[in-house]
This record gives sequence, structure tokens and C-alpha cells, in this order.
Amino acid sequence: MKNAYDKVRTARLASRPTSLDFISSMFTSFTELHGDRRYGDDKAIVGGIAFLKDIPVTVIGIEKGKNTRERILRSFGSPEPEGYRKALRLMRQAEKFHRPVVTFVDTSGAYCGIGAEKRGQGEAIAENLMEMSALNVPVVTILIGEGGSGGALALAVCDRLWMLENSIYSVISPEGCASILYRDAKRADEAAAALRLTAEDALEFHFADRIISEEKLGSREFFATLSDELYEEIKQLSEIGNIRERRYERFRSF
Amino acid sequence: MLLTFSNTPGNELEKEGRSAAPPYGEAEVVCPNCHRTLKLSQAESNMMTCSCSYHFRIGARKRISYMCDEGSFSELFPSIVSEDPLSFPGYGFKLDKARATSGEMESVVTGSARIGGHECAIFVMDGNFMMGSMGRACGEKITRLFEWALEKRLPVTGWTVSGGARMQEGLVSLMQMAKTSAALRRHSDAGLLYITVLTDPTTGGVSASFAMDGDIIIAEKGATIGFAGKRVIEETTKQELPKGFQTSEFLLEHGFVDIVCDRKEEKALIASLLYMHGGNK
Repeated sequence: MKNAYDKVRTARLASRPTSLDFISSMFTSFTELHGDRRYGDDKAIVGGIAFLKDIPVTVIGIEKGKNTRERILRSFGSPEPEGYRKALRLMRQAEKFHRPVVTFVDTSGAYCGIGAEKRGQGEAIAENLMEMSALNVPVVTILIGEGGSGGALALAVCDRLWMLENSIYSVISPEGCASILYRDAKRADEAAAALRLTAEDALEFHFADRIISEEKLGSREFFATLSDELYEEIKQLSEIGNIRERRYERFRSF
Repeated sequence: MLLTFSNTPGNELEKEGRSAAPPYGEAEVVCPNCHRTLKLSQAESNMMTCSCSYHFRIGARKRISYMCDEGSFSELFPSIVSEDPLSFPGYGFKLDKARATSGEMESVVTGSARIGGHECAIFVMDGNFMMGSMGRACGEKITRLFEWALEKRLPVTGWTVSGGARMQEGLVSLMQMAKTSAALRRHSDAGLLYITVLTDPTTGGVSASFAMDGDIIIAEKGATIGFAGKRVIEETTKQELPKGFQTSEFLLEHGFVDIVCDRKEEKALIASLLYMHGGNK
């Protein structure tokens, strides 16, 4: 049985499939769309249109990259404000064309930097939270690795949250928490346990709706099954008339 | 008489220099900016600002007395208080301490009031309560205030002071960012006005949710406003931060606040904005 900090370490493993693996294996005809139409194109967030079997969907994912070169290119999966604004643009586009939205979350947090602050990191996240709460199409979020605070939530104001078995979702990194609480980042294991950041914890508190087994993680079968399940979920959610009302009730209960 | 405006600085948001003058005569305060010693009565008559334009941090009740018409404030939802959803080590003790030092039960005070004669729902955060951090009770009070204001068709004015989400409540506190944002969006959809006043400091999860969602965003002079902490940014980027980084003036320069305002002029400004939006009942 893994303890909380073991899960944190597992969630961060470079060998885990990234958002682009999920997108390329679960959907067809993925057409990537770039840019926020304001300033730039943040490579830490990928997004576009794809088919989930016969349903056109908007897919957005935080991408950490596979190797050092890619990881640097993608800021190790820490989005800048432009990433959140691109995601919002694509979600609004999804709403216009009545497409469900699927997001893949995997970030240690929104990027911390001078430029990010200048260009309104807080405002970008705030805008996403507000706008996602009012989207009139179903939103399903799959947390595939790290769910780091506001930077993760900014793509996770959803109708269903699925978490991989070893993914984590937390308001602060266990290291950050330990350095504030115990003034010692090395006590991150204690902080990880205290923060209740595992998928089981999120399920227990009703923030997550289901846990996805990692037994066959990365295999063709794993993605095929997940794709089937997502298809069924989205079909069901699409039948709900006023989905934004339901989403309001969901977050209202937290 | 010795006055202390905050406890010993524990982190970068808890500035130094608040401690008071020697214990003789009338109470005095030392301005951390120009180091001038001010008589407390003099500072009070300037709404706790110094002639160098430094704004002292003030608690929620004092702010309400400065900003709202006398006797018009009526508190709402005072019984919503923080619990300890995760049984987080030491949290219960911290809450007790925060209640004792701030005299508040929670990091935000909510209610209705008149500002320059205009009826308004207000929330005022209190930095003396665990650095104004947002846990479930704080998020719930703000959410209910927006729902109440929607029902009464009233504008909302909110003063923010916050170190961010309250980590002792884990994901529960993170979710308050989404909950409050959803509630204010509904209020906004009904064509109602929401004014935020960002005060020193407004950071983290609060700066990434309801603080930045106002139709009109006012920032008090010289306040620290930003998403990530300065130390974290320095450590991450290994770059020296530009002068005036993450201040109200910096945000104005970059287009993220509408107006930088002196506390002494705030009430008149808000009253005028409320009037321009249909004003008062």
C-alpha cells in the first residue's frame, strides 16, 4: 500500500503518459489549434478538436513533454496566462458549436514568473473559473498526474472529475506546505499525508467521481477502455438539459 | 500605551515595522515607509494612512467604519465559521489563535450597508485572521452574499486581503475559488454590479478568483497584489524582480486594475460608481 507521498512521487514520474498520449490514443482526427488571440501560444497547454468515436469534442490538456528538450519547450507543464486564455477561447468555441469539452490535467501549478505576473496569471485563472462555471456544454476532466492548485483548477471546473489511481490533487505542493508548516521542505511526506491529496481522498470528499485503475496504464487496452467509458459518460451528460445549472449545484456543495 | 498591528513577521506578506512607539503619552504608530512617528489619532483621522501615502493595514471592522455610512452596516451569515475538515495537524489551535488576535470568527465579514446613501452588499476580508486566507467558511460566506445580493438585486462591493487559499483545508479550500467564481458569475449574469477593492496584500487563490472578477477593480495605493509569492518567483526564475513589482501601480500599468485609489477617497469613488449604476434604494 502506497502512502500519500509515494503517490506524489508516482504522479510526477516522467515515464507516465502525458496529455498528448491520452489525446492521440483516445480520440481520432485531433486537430490542434493554437494561440490565445491576445498575445501568444503557450506550449504548456495543447488543445483542439477531435472525434471521440462519432462525437466531435474539444480537447484541452496540460502537456509536460516527454524528454528534456520537450519539457523545456513546454515549461514542464506549468502554463502561462496565455495557456489559460487559449483554453478559454477553445472552450467558448466548443460552446458555440455545442461540442462537449474534455480536459486533461497534469501540472505542478501555474507558471511562476515575472512575465506571467505582468500578463495577469491571477486574472487568467480567475476568468477561467468564472467562465467554465457557466459553460453550457458538458465538461469532463481527467486528472492524469499532478493536480497543482489553481493552475489545475483553471481547467477543472467540470461536471465529472476522473482521477488516475496515482494522480494527486492539492491546494499546495507537499514541499511548499512542509516549508511553511514545519519550515522544512524535507518533511513533505508528513505534509502530503495531512493534505489528503490522493485520488481516494478526493473521492471521499466528492471532488472526484471515479478512480481509474492504472493496472494497464499506457497500454492500448487501457486507452481503448477509457475512451469507451468517456464516450458513455459524455453521451449521458449531453442529455442533461441545463448542464450549467448542475455544475453550479456541484460546486455549490463544496 | 503600546500598540501592535501585527505579530512578529512570519513570512514575506507579514511586513515588519508595524510595532509602535515608546509607551508614553498618546498612542503613536511608526510608518514603515517613511519612518515618521504619527499620533494614532492623527493616523485615524486620515483613515490609517500616512502623509507619505503609506496605507497601514486595517482590520475588517475598522474598514467598514471608514467605508460605510454610519450605523448602516448589518452583518449577514456570522454563524458560518471554519471547521477542520481534514483534521489537519495544528489547525484547531491556529483557528483559536486567529479568533483571539483578530476578534473575528472568520477571515471575511459579510453584510449589507449603505455607501454614500447607496444600498450595497459588502464583504470585507480581515488580514489579521490567518492572513485573510480562504477556507470553506470564507468561500461559503462570499457565495451566500452573492446569492443574497442576486435575490435582492443589489450590487456587491468587496475588499480583499488575502494570502490565498487556506492550505489547512486542502482541496476544500481550493474548491472555494470555483464556488465563489460561479456565484459571482450568476450575479453578473443578472446585470448586477460587482466592485472589488484590492488591499494589501491580495495574493494567491483569492487573486486568482473573485478579487480579479470585478466589473470595476480598484486597488488601494501601494498594495501588494499578485498570484505567486515574490520569493517563489525569485527562486524559480533566479531573476531579480523589477522595482515596484506586484504593486497596485504595477497592475495599473499592465492593465489589470481600473483605478488606483487613496483610502481617503475610496468611499466617495465607490458611492459615485454605485450612483452611476442605478444607485440607491
